[in-house]
This record gives sequence, C-alpha cells and structure tokens, in this order.
Amino acid sequence: MPLIKSKQVVIDTWQHVDDEMALPADGGVIISLARWQAEQTVLVGRNAPLGIRLKSDEGVDTIINDLPRFGVVALEFPTFKDGRPYSTARLLRQRHHYTEELRAVGDILRDQVQFMRRCGFDAFEFADKTAAEKAIAAFDEIEAVYQTAADRRRSAAMIRNDTTNAFLNGTCG
Amino acid sequence: MYLYDAIDQSLVDQRVEQFHDQVRRRMAGELTEEQFKPLRLMNGLYLQLHAYMLRVAIPYGTMSSHQMRKLAHIARRYDKGYGHFTTRQNLQFNWPKLEEMPDILAELAEVQMHALQTSGNCIRNVTADQYAGAAADEVADPRITAEVVRQWSTLHPEFSFLPRKFKIAVTGSPRDRAAARVHDIGLIIKSDEAGAMGYQVIVGGGLGRTPMIGVTVHDFLPKRHLLSYIEAILRVYNQAGRRDNMYKARIKILVHALGAEEFIRRVNAEWEAIRDSAVDLPAGEHDRIAAFFAPPRFEPLAKHDALFARYRLEDREFAQWARTNVAPHKQPGYDIANISLKPEGGIPGDATAEQMNAVAAIAERFSFSEIRVTHEQNLVLPHVRQADLYDVWQTLRSHDLATPNLGLISDIIACPGMDYCSLANARSIPLAQDISKRFADLKQQHDIGELKVKISGCINACGHHHVGHIGLLGVDRKGEEYYQITLGGSADENTSLGEIIGPAVSYDNVVDAIETITTTYVGLRTDGESFLDTYRRVGKEPFKETLYAAH
Ligand code: HEM
Ligand code: SF4
Repeated sequence: MPLIKSKQVVIDTWQHVDDEMALPADGGVIISLARWQAEQTVLVGRNAPLGIRLKSDEGVDTIINDLPRFGVVALEFPTFKDGRPYSTARLLRQRHHYTEELRAVGDILRDQVQFMRRCGFDAFEFADKTAAEKAIAAFDEIEAVYQTAADRRRSAAMIRNDTTNAFLNGTCG
Repeated sequence: MYLYDAIDQSLVDQRVEQFHDQVRRRMAGELTEEQFKPLRLMNGLYLQLHAYMLRVAIPYGTMSSHQMRKLAHIARRYDKGYGHFTTRQNLQFNWPKLEEMPDILAELAEVQMHALQTSGNCIRNVTADQYAGAAADEVADPRITAEVVRQWSTLHPEFSFLPRKFKIAVTGSPRDRAAARVHDIGLIIKSDEAGAMGYQVIVGGGLGRTPMIGVTVHDFLPKRHLLSYIEAILRVYNQAGRRDNMYKARIKILVHALGAEEFIRRVNAEWEAIRDSAVDLPAGEHDRIAAFFAPPRFEPLAKHDALFARYRLEDREFAQWARTNVAPHKQPGYDIANISLKPEGGIPGDATAEQMNAVAAIAERFSFSEIRVTHEQNLVLPHVRQADLYDVWQTLRSHDLATPNLGLISDIIACPGMDYCSLANARSIPLAQDISKRFADLKQQHDIGELKVKISGCINACGHHHVGHIGLLGVDRKGEEYYQITLGGSADENTSLGEIIGPAVSYDNVVDAIETITTTYVGLRTDGESFLDTYRRVGKEPFKETLYAAH
C-alpha cells in the first residue's frame, strides 16, 4: 500500500503478514500482537527486521517490555473515529522513548494526518496512491499549535513567553 | 475581553482556508456526503431536517458589540434574518447554504470568531458563568480559566476523536450559574485560607438518556496544574471510554462503571507522570491571558443610585423588570442587566438581526461594549451603571427585549424539537410558546416566582429537562405527542435530577397540567418559599394527587 514518510510517497520495505500466512524467508515483516505472543521464539530467531501491529484496543502495556525488538510499530485505526491510537502513539514516543517508525494504518483521513504527526506518527499507509498524494498537502495546512505534543513543536504559549520545550523528551506531556 | 494575537488569528484564518477547500471538494463531487460529514462537523456544520445548520462558537458566552454586529450581518446576508442562541452559549444559523459557508467563516474570522469544536466528538466550546467579572459573589473570574482551556483544547492532536463529545464548564462563584455538576468536567474556582487559587474538579456529570450528577475528583487542584490534570482525565477517558455503543460512550458512564475511586486512581497515576511537564502553561502565559480580563474602567460611584431608586418608585413596569432582570454587581453603583429572549409567545433563544444590532448599540453605550450569552438562552449586559438602567430598559423595550420574566415560568429552555430535529418525538417550541401565552399575566408569573421550565423533544435532553424545576420530555405514544413530567430538578450548586410524577400527558393537556402544578404549589408554600424549596419539603405526592385526580 502507498506509504508516506517525510511528506513523500516512498517504497514500503516492510511486509504485513497475516496470522494465517507463513512467514517469508527474509525481509522485514509486520505481524499482529497475537502472533508475536504465540510465536515469540521463532520470530526472534528469524534474524530479520520485525514490526508489530496493534489493534486500537491493544494499549502500550502489551509491548513495552519488548519495544527494542521492533523496527516498526503500526497502530490500527479500525475507523477514523477511533481515537485511541493517538494516545498510544504519544505514550510510545514520549513516555517510552520509542524512536523507530510509528505507522498509522487502517481508516485514515487526509484531514487527520496533522493530528497524527503531532502525536508521533511518522509513517502513513493509504489505500491508494491518489489519496496518499493528496494527503501530503494536508500536513502543513495549519501552522500554529496550542499544545505541546510528541512533535516537539513549540506551543503558542511558549513562543509568546519565549520558553523552550525542555520537558518533551522526559515525559508524555 | 481576550483579543487574538497573530498566532490566534493565523490559526483561525488557515482553518477557514482548509474548510474552503473541503467544501470545494464536496461541491466538485470529490467527497461524498459520508466523507464530508466528519470534516463539516469539525466546523460546526450539521445537517438538519430541512437544511444545514451552522453553530458558531461564542467562547464562554462572551462577545463584544463589534462581534454581535457581525452576527447580525450574517443573519441578514446569509440566513433568514435571525439566529438562535443555544444552551451552550453558542449561536445557530438554521438556513445557511453550503456554498456560502466558507464566506461566513471568513466573515467570522474577521471579528476573531469561528465555529471550531461546536460539534463532533471533541472537547466542545467551553462554557462559563455569564456573570463572569461582574457578579457580586465571585471568587475569581472564570473567563481566564475558560480561555486557557479554549486554547489548550483547540485542535488538540490527541483528543479530537474521543469516544463522544466532551463539555467543560467553569464557574468562579459559589452560586453555580454554569451548571458545573452536569458537565463532563465542571471546574469551580476556589481560594484557600492563604488566598491561593485552585479548582474543585467535578467529572462525569451529564444529561442525555442517562442523567448523572458529576463526582468531585479533586477538592483543590492548585491553579498551575490545571492543564496537566485535565489532560490526564482526557487520556484516561480516550483510552478506556466505551466506543461500542454511542449511548454509553460519555465519560459519566466510564466513571460510573469503574467507580469513582478507581477512576480517580487512574487519573492520578496518569497525572503523576505528566505533572510539572510542558503540558502546563509556561510562566507568564496565565498572566498574559488574565490581563485581557482586567476590569473595565469603572467610575467611582455610590453603592445605591438615587435616580435608579426614584424610577423604580415612579414606574411600576420598570420596577418589575428591575426586580427580575437586574442582578447585583461587584462594583458599587453598577448592576448586571439581563435581556430576556423569551417574549410572550416567542421562540426561546431566537433574536432577529435588528435585535442583535440593538443589543450591540446598547452595550456599546452602556456596558463597555460587552455582551454575554447565558446557558438559559438569554443575553446579559454585564456592567451597567444603575443610573443608566432606566434608559437601557426603555431602549430594550422598544425592541421587544425587555420582557421582565428572568427565572420565571415563561423563561423556558426548549430544544428545537419536531420543528427542526429528526430525532424528536414531540414539539418543544410550540409548547414553550403555549405555556408562555397561558401565563402571559405578568402579575401571576411574579406571584409564582422563580420556576424553571425545561423542555426536550426526546430522550437526548438537549432542553435539559432533567434539571428543570418542571421538566417536560416528549415521548411517542402510538404516534401521538405525549410529555413525561418531572419535578424538582435543578442545575445550580444544589444540583438534583427531577423525579417523574406519573403517566405522560398528551400535548393538549400539558399546559393545564402545568397550571395545576403551579396552583398546587401556591396552595402549599409558606411565606416566600420558592417552588423548588416547597417541592423539596413536601415531595411529589401532593402534586401527583392534584394532577392525576383532575384527569
Ligand atoms: C437538530 C438539532 C439537534 C439534534 C439532532 C441534536 C441531537 C442531540 C443528541 C443526539 C444529543 C445526545 C448526545 C449524547 O447523549 O451524548 C444531544 C445533546 C445535547 N444537545 Fe442537542 N441536538 C440538536 C440541537 C440542539 C440545540 C439547538 C441545542 C441547544 C439549544 C442542543 C443542546 C444540547 C445539549 C445541551 C445536549 C447535552 C445534554 C448532555 O449533557 O448530555 N441541541 N443533542
Ligand atoms: S432533545 Fe431530542 S428532539 Fe430535542 S433537539 Fe435534542 S435530539 Fe432533537
């Protein structure tokens, strides 16, 4: 599926592998939490990049102990209305210091990518290429922000009062 | 009043641009109505029974004469010449055209207004005590907190797709005029013995199909922690609130399901991780915002104005208005003047463009250009010299804005009901009109005294019927409009939910039923006892007896 990273459509080097599918011989795979929990030893022994995909009701606690193993965490939006992954994303980035790719998958609207990026997502999977290309313009539609979040932008209050965002790495806040 | 700086303005302007493009995509067929829906809802645009409806935010109910004139202009130019002030201190236009919507939003942006977060499952336009900065009983001005919350919640990246809508109300006075206990979060500003300010934080109140009174989760939250604490509440809710059933998705259901203790434990655990982080305002920002709400330049005046006293003696009609519609101000020689939008037989909350302009002009001349909208769908001139009240009243009267019925039986809250709303079981507005006509005799209304009637056309409770002294809820009886009557509700500092007194009553019998209730009350009350106090003393039995014996 078309993937956006750094405001460009890029080639996806990862492969989503369904629970029923056999693992490919090599290459990075993104698997479900259930599969990770069931086949942990095999997966670790595979010696290829590993990504995990969380459903919106699977919170950060399910993976924090294994976080260093993953090169991608993909958070699933079953519908655009389900806002749980926004919290999961901020917690991963700001509280658990996850620095690898954080990918938004599922039902994603063009007009949500700005919020997603602010919460720490840096990769966005779209259903088709046109949708992906159109979404690129949406990243910069609104410049000012009122809150501190995972994107380290300075909030309006910080700019006005000339303070820096010293805490952002420390906590989820 | 708060004034935008370049940052605030750029956000609103870019938002207009963004919406312009969304409307263009919709009109060009690039977006289906289904895809357009979440986008328009983020800009306060609803699809109603007959047309689109635009809900304009009036943050914490405060606006200037300049802004009111713009609303009047929009009502004239893009609508049918009127607007509707809502229970959430907003203004609705009922007949705007989709293709003109970007122009309307651009006009609003010119006067530092917008329609952001007036719908959708986000943190909605924050509301506050309409007497902020004026009330004699005020501890602190709630508008400062409300503006802090407005900015923090605007386009919040994490909390724009919550399980359900989220409403925050702020009051800075022990008399709760903001209904803090029936909001998702109610903030009550208090001061401790040392004079430091903090908040009583109440969570999980709400009406709708499962009415609940909120629980206090913090007795005294120091002011500087406000944003990290509410961010913690929202994060717990965003992750744990139900998303499988929209009727069980409000935070009140979560608080109830977890139990207050467990809910508080989770909030505190989250808060521990983020307090003292960059979520809270940097030093200086609170003061910067507070400076906008410094008191206007009041004149030093005597506590009681002699002229005001004389006019009250000489003009009985004026005296009547002054008694119901004027409230005490903290500044000597000033009072608060309430403008009723409930004329006899009128539509509660409606105002014509001509009336909006008149209010703007009066506020400019007599109230430092300030106007407030109340959650009871009236307007307020917050700072009027007592000596000017007679002039104010006469001018208001010439625009049919001086009905002396504030807090009386004809000062009714009514939802749009069957006239506008596809969910309605019954009419609300015509019923409000019929009640106000039946009790047209002002002497009788004044004799009955304070009595809040609230009408909802269905269980969603947009008309707040649960907290009406008399609540009327439209129900469907085999295709006919019936109304369930509740008594004893209240949304003030002693919040209570009304009790159902018996079988629902048909449309044709409701007004009679209300008269039976008021007659029963008048017979039962002790000297000077209000309806609510009487009801709380005697309970529902006497009312039930007279009401159902009569049928
Ligand atoms: C066609 C128009 C309208 C429709 C379809 C509508 C629909 C609804 C629905 C479905 C709810 C329940 C939400 C929930 O339980 O979470 C609700 C709540 C509410 N509505 Fe409306 N509404 C309409 C107009 C209005 C208007 C004009 C007002 C103000 C005068 C209003 C004020 C409210 C309020 C205050 C609540 C919140 C009650 C609570 O705290 O749960 N609504 N509305
Ligand atoms: S209470 Fe029911 S009828 Fe009235 S506006 Fe709300 S949804 Fe419509």
